[in-house]
Order: sequence, then structure tokens, then C-alpha cells
Amino acid sequence: MSDHHNIRLPEGSIEKTTTTLNLGPTHPATHGVFQNIIEVDGERIVKAESTVGYIHRAFEKIAEHRPLSQITPLTDRLNYCSSPINNMGWHLTCEKLLGVKTPKRVDYLRVIIMELARISDHLICNSIVGVDSGAYTGFLYVMQYRELIYEIYEEVCGSRLTTNIGRIGGFERDFSDTAFRKIEKFLNEYPSVLKEFEALFTRNRIFMERTKGTGAISAERALNYGFTGPNLRAAGVDYDVRVHAPYSSYEDFDFTIPVGTTGDNYDRYMVRNHEMWQSISIVKQAMRKLQDLKGDDATVWHADAPEYFLPPKEDVYTKMEALIWHFKIVMGETEIPAGEVYMSVEGGNGELGFYLVSDGGRAPFRLHFRRPCFIYYQAYPELVQGAMLSDAIITMSSLNLIAGEMDA
Amino acid sequence: MQLTNEIIRNRLTEKFGESLTEWAEPHSLLTFTALREDNLKILTFLYDDDALGFRFLTDLTGIHYPDRKGGELGVIYHLHNLVSNVRLRMKVFAPVEKPDVYTATGLFASANWMERETYDFFGVNFVGHPNLKRILNVDEMDYFPLRKEYPLEDQSRTDKDDAMFGR
Amino acid sequence: MSRPVRFNIKEKSTQDKGINMVDMPEGHSGEGFFATSLDKVIGLARKNSIWPLPFATSCCGIEFMATIASHYDLGRFGAERVGFSPRQCDLLMVMGTIAKKMGPVVKQVYLQMAEPRWVIAVGACASSGGVFDTYSVLQGIDQVVPVDVYVPGCPPRPEAILDGFMKIQELVQNESLRRRNGTQYKALLDSYGIQ
Repeated sequence: MSDHHNIRLPEGSIEKTTTTLNLGPTHPATHGVFQNIIEVDGERIVKAESTVGYIHRAFEKIAEHRPLSQITPLTDRLNYCSSPINNMGWHLTCEKLLGVKTPKRVDYLRVIIMELARISDHLICNSIVGVDSGAYTGFLYVMQYRELIYEIYEEVCGSRLTTNIGRIGGFERDFSDTAFRKIEKFLNEYPSVLKEFEALFTRNRIFMERTKGTGAISAERALNYGFTGPNLRAAGVDYDVRVHAPYSSYEDFDFTIPVGTTGDNYDRYMVRNHEMWQSISIVKQAMRKLQDLKGDDATVWHADAPEYFLPPKEDVYTKMEALIWHFKIVMGETEIPAGEVYMSVEGGNGELGFYLVSDGGRAPFRLHFRRPCFIYYQAYPELVQGAMLSDAIITMSSLNLIAGEMDA
Repeated sequence: MQLTNEIIRNRLTEKFGESLTEWAEPHSLLTFTALREDNLKILTFLYDDDALGFRFLTDLTGIHYPDRKGGELGVIYHLHNLVSNVRLRMKVFAPVEKPDVYTATGLFASANWMERETYDFFGVNFVGHPNLKRILNVDEMDYFPLRKEYPLEDQSRTDKDDAMFGR
Repeated sequence: MSRPVRFNIKEKSTQDKGINMVDMPEGHSGEGFFATSLDKVIGLARKNSIWPLPFATSCCGIEFMATIASHYDLGRFGAERVGFSPRQCDLLMVMGTIAKKMGPVVKQVYLQMAEPRWVIAVGACASSGGVFDTYSVLQGIDQVVPVDVYVPGCPPRPEAILDGFMKIQELVQNESLRRRNGTQYKALLDSYGIQ
């Protein structure tokens, strides 16, 4: 503030030592729409104020007018870089409310899909941190492998990005052989790609100088701000919903949680990087576990819950009860127990929670999404206090802010 | 000693007694309703008490029960004790004519925007909040959209053909 | 009945190694010169060097990232340089849901662009509000800016975005040089309240 002693303003002039800049809402494409009004003194940021809501689509209000299975496409559009995780989280919430227990094979298939989604989310985040610090090559290189993940989704559910994967109780159809072949291909090719990507950034002097020490947050402040996920783990707290409240048979898998120390941009990048390695290992373990299942367990792809899971079409056309179940599910006359449930999953950004209050009707009485991005973006002014403008840009991209999740 | 729902319930009732009502454990998550004036006191007690230690605010949201006279608007807190891995749900209710609730921003910095969102959607006035204005909707909006009496769609549209929409 | 095959049915000649040259516009050529109309030359130049402005708000933005990446390369069509300054760009690609809070921002960005400018609405949300028929979502950006091409899909595949881009290229190629000064275009802008 007082670095410029040589500047003397004439008497009576309005002395303004800071410049007000508007950062957003139209960013260079990649980030999403949120606005920051920052006051800079030269190159240092003195104060920042964030505005969100530029893509508020009123998901929670829409959810009060849709039956449970029609809310899945809404959850897709929360964190759209890893939409299968949102879908699975919603299915798990519904299953918790309805008391549906899924068989092991469904759990393992869900784990595979969720970990692939986590890899694709972290890939975007890490490569965009690279792009924002000027390194475009990594982004283009890994996008090729995200296309492989998209092909796997397409094989399973038909869609690349907003997947609507799975149903309450399992999946809509079994994974085909092509899907398993594609997953194997991904597991064979991707580790070497990740090693090359790491080699570009991890010990790269320019990248380290840009990201070390910038955007740091201590563990206490992070917890107070409600951080979860890789951002919290980079600050040193090893809180991961997959370990603390295991869902979908995560307790059967053997993986470690990478934890950082200072919570700065470099630690966030490293935590996400290591999480990708852990995800690859989890998918490998899941593929092996799938092969170990025997008998009936090895072919089932949905739970035995005829009240909530549509029966196969051949049965609907030939058997009476299947017809009745189909009618009841589609017309919304199935029993939804009244009550409230809170279920959370480990999304790409942290604890994605679903608070569902049901009054027994077809649509929820109230559905609230606990969105990690919305909650930790509040800390952004504190993170960039006193930092330079270019550090603020890198901090914004390393926090992995997804506008769809922020505004819901 | 392992923190169980029993222990939490006992400690809360010995401190706050009869003012805590509607105890329930849906899906083994202890839930209770508190008086609206006590919400900050209870949150502070849950934070400071070493046996309970609920130091992480997972979620803060609102709800509107139009049939619950005198307590239509609710604020629902989800707390988490990360060390013992126990969750807790606290509800407070306020009448729709005067929906004042004390803010939790002094205790949890994450409550700041979550309370703004609850204000934006339901109109709950958080007393003592540093910056209580709309966050997700346009600033000029004059009603609170997630209340049950308001419809989902934009009523000012003229281009919708009701015959095609089955109305 | 099977659908008739429409693509890739012409026999490739032996000289043609799969390299596509841009077709020459019609004109009169002689020894050392080629004469054609100005419209055609400018159309040809403009269509192969469009500078898009990606206005990516949500999920369609991620599909756009896949489109500019190497698999579905948008750079093949000359749109390698994506700019973020409206003053320098020709094509406003609106990708994703536009909320009512964001509407004035889209209009402002459109106003800042210099003529000739085109707008492509990518995705269902930009075209018509998409799934989100709610109080907070603008039901299509054609409520605030005039749109040239709509690409449906939720999100549209990168091939669909490229198809929309190629339709913009057709529009760019065939546009008359006097269109932007004409009365019809002015009437169109007036209907949006743009001077």
C-alpha cells in the first residue's frame, strides 16, 4: 500500500491507492461463470468480493416436482466433469431412503464408474492449472485419454458427459464385453500417460515457482470454511467420505488417502495427482474382484427391488406382476416411505451431500444438495489476500470450481 | 469412550432440558428440534464441549412447512464430529411472519453463504449476518422462490402453448 | 428399410491422397490471373478463418473443450485461435445455460463485438432453456441476442458442434457484403433493442 512513496498527489485530489478490477463472469472459457470484484494495489490484491448465481438453475425447486428417478438427470448437471459420481450419490440416497440393498457386483461396478469419473475430474483440474500457468500441451495430451473414459461411459449408458448412469438399485443393463475391454485398454494405456503428465509439471521449476506458496490455507481455517475433498486434504486433514462413511463396498478396497501440508496450489495439484494413481489402483482391484465373483453373483446387475426397478420389457409383455410393477413405477404409485435422509459421497471436489425429505409423495418434499464448491468458494477472498493477480488466477483454477455445482 | 447418540442426547438434555423436542434417529442420524432463540447457544455448546466436539458444519439449509403454524420456516443444521465420526442434525423453526434466526457465522465461516442461500430461497432473516443479501437469484427478485406457494415455471412467459403442454 | 448411404461414396482418384482442397469459387481465369466476384473471395477467406469467442457456462462448455482438443479438432476449420475478447472475435458461441442473471452479460458481450458477427447457440439450454423451465433460466438466448445457428443436444456431441460450425461457415461464405448495412438487418437488431 505504501510502497510508492515517490508519488505525490496534488492538494485536494481524491487519493485512491487501489484499482477496482472486475474478474468475470465471462472468463476465458474453461472455468465457468462466477464473478470477482477485486481491488488491486499495483499487482497485489487488497480485497476480493465474489458473486455467484450466474447459472442458477433452481435444481432444488425442480426436484420438488419430479419423481425420484427423474431427478437423476438433474444431478448429472451438478459437477458435470464427473457426473457419474453425482448420479451414484443420488441413487445411494434413494436406496438409503427406500431401504434397497444392492448386491456386491453392482457395488463394484459402481466403484469402477465412480473412480473413472474421479480420474476425469482431476484430469481436467490439473491440466487447466497447467493451461492457466501457460502450459497448454498437458491439457491437449490428457484430453485424448478423457475421450477414452467418455467411450467407456458411452458403452455403458449411451451418453458421454451428462450420463444418467444407473438406476435405483443398480444399472439399467449389464456392462457389455466391449465396456470391459475398453476399461482394460484404459488401464493399460493411462498409467504411462499420467507419468508423462507428471513429468511435465511435478518437478518443473516454473510450475513449482508459480504454485508453491500461493493460495495457501491452514487446516483450521479450511475446516472452519467447510472445505472437503482434495482442497481439505491438501491442507493436511485426511477426511475422505469413502473411508469415514463407506458406501458401495468401498471398505473392501485397499487405497490410501494422499494428504498435503500447506494447502497451497502445489499441494492441491499433488493431492489430485496422487488420487488419480489411487483411483487407477482401485479400478484394477475392482476388475479383479469382479472376476472372483461366482455363480449368480457374477451376473446380477441390479438389486431385487421390483417396486423401484423397472422389470425387463420381455417380462412386462408376458407376465402379469411385471406389468403391474411397471405400471405402478411409471405412474408413480409405488410406496415411498416418508422420512428424511442425508447421504454423502466423495465427489471430485469433496463431500457431495443429498438431504432428502420425503412426505410419502411421488416427488421429494424437499431436496437439498450440499455442494462442496459453493461452500469452499467463500474462502477465496481469504486465499488471495495479498497475492498477485496471476496467483489469484491459478488459485481459482486449482480449487476446481465448477459453476454448475456452485449455483445448482 | 465412543460417542454414541445416547451420550449426545443425555448431554444435550442435561444442559438444555425440555426445550429440545422431536428427538428421532432416522437412519441412525440423531435429530432434534430446538427453540429458535437457542440455536446459537446450542451450536456453541456443541462446538466447545470436549466430549461432543461438533466442530464441522456440514450443511445449513432451510425448509418450508406451510401446515406447521407458528413454525413454517425451518433452518436445518447438519453437524459432524470428524474425530469420532458422528453426525447430528438440529432443526429450528420460525414463523413466516417474523423469521428471525441468529446467525452461525461467528462460529463457522462456512455458514456465511449457506445462510445467504437460505435467505434467498426462503426469506429467513439471519440476525447478525455480515452481508445478508441474495446470492443465487437476481438481486431485484422480490419473492422467496422455494416457498411452497410459488410455482416452478416463470409465469411471465407468453410463448408457451398451453394446449401442447397438456394444461 | 435401410437408410441409403450418403457419405464417402465417391470413388477417390489415384492422385487424390485424401487431401481436400477448398473449391475454387466460380470465376474467369486466364494466364496468370483469376477474376471472380469480391463477395466470393471474401466469403472464402472469412469462412476459413473464423475466430470464435467461447462463452461457455456449463456442461456444453466441457463438450466444447473436447471439440477444441485434438480428437475432434476445431482448428481444422480455421478456428484455431479462440479469443476471449469480444472486440477481436467473429463468432459468439454460447454454450450452456444462460440464467436471467447472465442475460445482460450476454447482451453486453454481443454489443461489444464488431460487425460482421455471428452467434451460435450450442446446446438445448442456450437454444430454448433446455430441461430448465424455471423462474431463473432464460428460455433461450434468442430472447436477448439474434442467433444464427442452433445446435440441439444435451450436451451435443462434438460432431454436432462441428456440424453447427460448418453451417455457420456456410452462412459466412454466402453472406452478401451489404447485408450488415441493409434495412432488414437493422430491423432485426431493432427488434432486440440494439442500435
